Amino acid sequence: MSSIPIEYFLILSAFMFVVGVAGVLIRRNAIVVFMCIELMLNSANLSLVAFSSYLGNPIGQIFVFFVMTVAAAEAAVGLAIIIAVFRNKLTVNIDEINIFKW
Amino acid sequence: MINLIYLTVLLPLIGFLFNGLFGSKIKNEKVIGIIGSSTVGIAFLVTLLAFLETLNLPVENRSNTVELFTWLNVAGLNIKFAYLVDQLSLTMSLIVTGVGFLIHVYSIGYMHGDKGFWRFFSYLNLFIFAMMNLVLGDNFVVLFLGWEGVGLCSYLLIGFWYDRKFEKGTVPEAAKKAFVVNRIGDFGFLLGMFLIYYTFDSLNFSEVFNKAASFPVSEATFGMIAIFLFIGATGKSAQIPLFVWLPDAMAGPTPVSALIHAATMVTAGVYMVSRAAIIFVSAPTVMMVVAVIGLLTALMAATIGLVQNDIKKVLAYSTVSQLGYMFLAAGVGAFSASIFHVMTHAFFKALLFLGAGSVIHGMHNEQNIQRYGGLKKYMPRTYATFFVATLAITGIPGLSGFFSKDEILWYSYANGGFIFWFIGVLTAMMTAFYMFRLLSLTFYGKERFDHHHVHPHESSSVMTVPLIILAVLSVIGGYIGIPEVFSGEHGNQFHNWLEPVYAPAIAKLKTFGSHTHLEEILLMVVSVALALSAIHFAIKVYTKKPSIAENIAGRFKSIYNLLLNKYFVDEIYEAAIIQPIQKGSEKVLWKFTDNIIIDGAVNGVAKLIDTGSGFIRKIQNGVAQFYALIMMVGIAVVLLWVILTL
Repeated sequence: MSSIPIEYFLILSAFMFVVGVAGVLIRRNAIVVFMCIELMLNSANLSLVAFSSYLGNPIGQIFVFFVMTVAAAEAAVGLAIIIAVFRNKLTVNIDEINIFKW
Repeated sequence: MINLIYLTVLLPLIGFLFNGLFGSKIKNEKVIGIIGSSTVGIAFLVTLLAFLETLNLPVENRSNTVELFTWLNVAGLNIKFAYLVDQLSLTMSLIVTGVGFLIHVYSIGYMHGDKGFWRFFSYLNLFIFAMMNLVLGDNFVVLFLGWEGVGLCSYLLIGFWYDRKFEKGTVPEAAKKAFVVNRIGDFGFLLGMFLIYYTFDSLNFSEVFNKAASFPVSEATFGMIAIFLFIGATGKSAQIPLFVWLPDAMAGPTPVSALIHAATMVTAGVYMVSRAAIIFVSAPTVMMVVAVIGLLTALMAATIGLVQNDIKKVLAYSTVSQLGYMFLAAGVGAFSASIFHVMTHAFFKALLFLGAGSVIHGMHNEQNIQRYGGLKKYMPRTYATFFVATLAITGIPGLSGFFSKDEILWYSYANGGFIFWFIGVLTAMMTAFYMFRLLSLTFYGKERFDHHHVHPHESSSVMTVPLIILAVLSVIGGYIGIPEVFSGEHGNQFHNWLEPVYAPAIAKLKTFGSHTHLEEILLMVVSVALALSAIHFAIKVYTKKPSIAENIAGRFKSIYNLLLNKYFVDEIYEAAIIQPIQKGSEKVLWKFTDNIIIDGAVNGVAKLIDTGSGFIRKIQNGVAQFYALIMMVGIAVVLLWVILTL
């Protein structure tokens, strides 16, 4: 089986990352922003896995498992924060939540 | 006792601290008065013992320095806190502590019942402390300490009755006037000190005066130093043009006028000039200025004194006039004569003021001599002592004033010239006239006060005993300085005593006139005859025919008004100096410099920052997404930079 060249993986990964960044910067819904962050994490995972297979080194794949674990924990905390914010502000629209200032 | 001379400074300081800190708690006038007086009394005894000890030393060992501690030691400037015990400082110390002690005792009676009794005594002690530093200091810095100290005490004591009215203004205004005018003089004195340090690299008396005698310093430099020092002296000793504060200083209690504004503080300028004699004689032009200023002051103050109606005002102008005499003496090089007059003047002028205080006390604070009259029978002791003092100041032969005044007149003739002598005698004549006018209006003639409200009475003995002692001194005080004409080969004792202090200065003096004894006696006779005729005229006018005085005043209305208003000097100063300064301060310094430039700069900077931060503030909008965007842009820029530079 002829392998898919690594460039394909990297281009896909880069595309996913840019989509994620754009989503974080542009979207107003906190849930969507949150999902976009997951997308960025997974694009990074993808390039790790791709390099792992390309170089025949399994460490990259092990690393990805750790990232997925941490991402799951992060998702739990992040969703909890969003719920807490919603209870206070009755919205998850982030341009209405301008509390990051003195 | 010479080594214990610091006690004379320390004791009044202790008295000041004690009465100042605990006086308000003690409330017992006797305790406060005895503490206040005894510190000065003991200081007088210490001075007296030091004087006797010095008198027993051989002449060349009579100048001793008592070093206490190093005061300042900065980069080559080494100022020791040291006292110089020599003939001049001992003479001054004896006057200050002796007359000071008598006035302290008198004040116990005079200030009886005043709510600030303790405050008064603590200030008086502080004054003695400062004055003793002034006369005993071994260098210009200690002298200056005392110089400023007496100025402060003068201010505090003039403003002692700070809640009372005084003439057109208030008492605090008079006190402020004295302080500010003194500060002008002090500034001159300070400049003189700077120049001395710059020229001689020292401020110690013996070093400076030794160098002044031997160093090749130009006459112009000496002139500058001398004129600055003299400006200081005109402030402290109330000479033209800075004499205006002394008449207003009469707002203070009468013992203060006697102690500070007649006997001691105002003579500080004379003392300083005669201490720095060598510097003054090195600048003949300034010597001339000193003599002329002294002469003019003496004449001007005497003419004003002719018409004043406030008993203390007459005495105040008389003081200014007598101080003028002292500067006249110093200006013609007769330094010992000027110190001699300081001494005799301290006796009889303190006595006059204290006598006036006794009269004011007995007349329920009435000070207008037109509302006195015939007090002789009510106050026999005050009258007798006042009479003695009047004779002394007038220069009646045999009393102290005669010897000192005549010596000054003689030297002004011998060293200055006929015109100096003539104006001096004219002033002496006027002095005789206004003093006997004062005496007649107060003690002789018809009783012009209201018998229903005023009951004149003699003062208690705590007040009259000092008067009697001063009266005795006013009579015999002159006999230590009998002129050579009468004493023969021994010469003038007082002059001999002070001679070593002035020897270098006299040696430098170009002309020291020598005339025959016949001339001296002739001039003496003339001046005494003129004084006697003035006395005769004054008594005749003011006791027998008061209408004559009114006629004269009416005929020379403009001159009379000019004198009554003191040559309008206060008004001229007000218009020429005070108003421009006040207006300038208000218009330029306050409304323009302060409000526009300084406030503008400060507020402008704040405004600039406020506007600038108005823009920057918008960046921090609190939206997390915006922060993320900025972060992203930053990363992109950094990445771009990394890629481009690789």
